[in-house]
Amino acid sequence: MTAAALLSVRGLVKRFPGVTALQGVDFEVRAGEVHCLLGQNGAGKSTLIKVLSGAHRPDEGEISWRGEVVSFGNPTAAMRSGVAAIYQELDLVAGLSVADNVFLGHELSTAGFTRRAQQRRRTRALLDRLGHPDIAPDRDVGRLSVAHQQVVSMARALSLDGQLLIMDEPSAVLDPDEVRVLFGIIRELTAQGVAVVYISHRLAEIREIGDRVTVLKDGRTVATGLSARETKTSELIGLMTGRVLNNVFPQRKPVDPAAPEVLVVRGLADGDRFAGVDLTVHAGEVVGLAGLVGSGRSEILETVYGARKAAEGTVEVDGRKLRRGSVGAAVRAGLGLCPEERKSQGLLLDQAVYRNITVSSMSSFARFGFLDDRAERARSTKLTETLDVRPAGVDRVVRGLSGGNQQKVVLARWLLRECRVLLLDEPTRGVDVGARSEIYELIRELADSGVAVVVVSSDVEEVLGLSDRVLVVREGRVVHDGPADEIDESRVLDLVMEGHAA
Amino acid sequence: MSEDTAAVAAQKRERSPAVRQSGASGLLGSAAGRNAGLVVALVLLCIGGVVTAGDRFADVDNLLTILRLAAVIGVVSVGMTFVITGGGIDLSVGAIVALSSVWATTLATQGIANNTHWIVIVFTALVVGGACGLVNGVLIAYGRVVAFIATLASLAAARGLAEIISNRKTQIVNVPGFAAFFDASVLGVPVLVVIFALVAAGGWVLLNRTTFGRRTFAVGGNPEAARLAGIDVRRHTVWLYTLLGLCCGLAAVMLVARTTTGSATHGGLYELDAIAAVVIGGTLLTGGRGTIAGTVFGVLIFTTLSNVFTLNNLSISAQAVAKGAIIVVAVLLQQRLARRT
Ligand SMILES: Nc1ncnc2c1ncn2[C@@H]1O[C@H](COP(=O)(O)OP(=O)(O)OP(=O)(O)O)[C@@H](O)[C@H]1O
Ligand SMILES: [Mg+2]
Repeated sequence: MTAAALLSVRGLVKRFPGVTALQGVDFEVRAGEVHCLLGQNGAGKSTLIKVLSGAHRPDEGEISWRGEVVSFGNPTAAMRSGVAAIYQELDLVAGLSVADNVFLGHELSTAGFTRRAQQRRRTRALLDRLGHPDIAPDRDVGRLSVAHQQVVSMARALSLDGQLLIMDEPSAVLDPDEVRVLFGIIRELTAQGVAVVYISHRLAEIREIGDRVTVLKDGRTVATGLSARETKTSELIGLMTGRVLNNVFPQRKPVDPAAPEVLVVRGLADGDRFAGVDLTVHAGEVVGLAGLVGSGRSEILETVYGARKAAEGTVEVDGRKLRRGSVGAAVRAGLGLCPEERKSQGLLLDQAVYRNITVSSMSSFARFGFLDDRAERARSTKLTETLDVRPAGVDRVVRGLSGGNQQKVVLARWLLRECRVLLLDEPTRGVDVGARSEIYELIRELADSGVAVVVVSSDVEEVLGLSDRVLVVREGRVVHDGPADEIDESRVLDLVMEGHAA
Repeated sequence: MSEDTAAVAAQKRERSPAVRQSGASGLLGSAAGRNAGLVVALVLLCIGGVVTAGDRFADVDNLLTILRLAAVIGVVSVGMTFVITGGGIDLSVGAIVALSSVWATTLATQGIANNTHWIVIVFTALVVGGACGLVNGVLIAYGRVVAFIATLASLAAARGLAEIISNRKTQIVNVPGFAAFFDASVLGVPVLVVIFALVAAGGWVLLNRTTFGRRTFAVGGNPEAARLAGIDVRRHTVWLYTLLGLCCGLAAVMLVARTTTGSATHGGLYELDAIAAVVIGGTLLTGGRGTIAGTVFGVLIFTTLSNVFTLNNLSISAQAVAKGAIIVVAVLLQQRLARRT
């Protein structure tokens, strides 16, 4: 143990009913470093940080904080000692204002009365520092977008002035330039001696911001203290997955120019977030929508799907016009939408994995309304094996799965349903590298079998690697539409940011 | 086969630690354990009955009385289980029972029944009940009125209408075939009890084995996700309330048969009894989780409790206190459960 270790963890074990999430984790964090945690979905990263921040109690093992063995009974105790965490699943209270959420549990007060004006001012300053003067401290948190909620979580963590800041996939819902702001703040903090534990599935980020890396696999430390910059990608992936991964993206086949147009969207507008959207997708084609979070991409997909009402424009599938604002009509025409927010829009959290997967294709498992749940389980089991959902077992309740594995369950639902048009909104958010390549493979296979696919993603590399054609959306308008191999990452970023970066 | 056994084994693995974890609530927690808890409660009540009332309780006629009483509220509770599992609530069930009972026993209806067939009474009650449920469902799903308010309004309106139609008089039923049918027994089991058993069994199959049931769980668990998954949430909601309305219509028929009257005062406080039975049974008030078997036990527990109290000459008020206590304990256990998972 080095003298400089701020936090050190030895032999940590955490058991949940039926699963041992951590079975022997060792690592240490030094003051002023950015320590990255890597590992596949379900490896135990989120559980580890929940233990470190007092949200879970460990079953075995030892945590030393500044050289003393501690046990944080609850998050407040950890907060008082200087450990602040941003959780993967947002933990804000809808109905309370932004400022109230930022100071929840450590309110500024005099004689029991909260000093609201001061809290608002401090919140304002924190949000400005995070590059978000557009979020009002008085807004109800429940009304903010997920990306903005993430920013509020960060403001909350910063407001604690801790010595250790733990971030669980903070970049999953952020734009490239927001990530840049975040990195700027992390650098400032580490320069002041604050240590940061950073979790992300994006290796590029870890290269940029990380100092050292610890790799978890199946709840165990398999390597610790690796250099974040020098360790080879293949080595990291090998450690995480135990296998070699050559090509993340599958081979594209040239789209048959004579392939029929399956989805034709003309002049679509919702009268608010976007207008004049034209989009044509041929059978067998994957079209990617790039753009900033909040640029209107998700709204476009939801409107095409009928989940939001269009003000203008038409959506045609196989030459037939869809009724506006009717999900039923869209589903009958063969549309499927894998929504952006898995928790609020996708999952039935308290229900079994297989029920979550088959909920959109129940009729294909039913005879006279009676379900054949053996067939449901069999099909779901197959899909979860392909997507490597862990722990295996389709009778598990979805709530107990890790974030990335929950995402795979939502995706499996739409891969199972035989759609003519599949709309995927951030399909790989929080999914690890290995499983991501399986997902890309499946999407490709679907396209090759004649499905028209539209993918929205904030990960430009993903949009370019997966799509045949790329559309760039900025502030509710399509500003570019062209083949994916005629445009590169920096050009997409330029288009995305134009007029935005001030 | 092996796959199923593996799945069952996985479930067992998941459950057993929970049971060990925290005594009573853990036992009540797992699906099997929860019903076991209810069985224990029922057995305790029966022991209490035997100890305090002896042979007057442990008498075949008395047990059949309990079951006959349980049958009417039981049918309503099965319907209520669907609505609550689907994320709703219905306060108007008692009023719907009253209205259906009155409408099915007017002189006009009885006249037609006597001239044609007694089934007319049953049919009328079902149509009235189903229509009330339909109105509730449409108000809630398409009119976007909060379920609590919409059904509170229906409660008032339906009872008022029942009073107007009956002119606040008790309507005696005088249709021989009707009475003969419902007073009969099948192998010693009263027809009313048989009907309850059939409704409960049908409800179980509908909730656990069909797409309708699966959609109910989805709609109650996460309506937005259900909508985006392609389920027509509004239409489903209408179906749920209509189903409950039909159950109320059937309960009205059973009540008319048991009391040989139709009256605007029938079904008083049924909404509370039904909701209580459903919640005691382990159906989550917030929706997404529901159990028919639990509901049946809930109904039996409450009816047995009333019976034991009555045999001991304890007042209705004391019964109410005991009921209240049971409800609080059940809800507390449920909350602990929800927090743990
Ligand atoms: N509350 C819980 N109840 C039961 N099991 C849980 C619970 N939380 C986590 N687990 C299990 O613990 C294991 C580790 O999960 P964890 O969330 O830590 O993974 P992770 O590394 O953060 O994955 P991801 O990259 O997908 O976020 C998983 O197998 C998960 O199913
Ligand atoms: Mg995680």
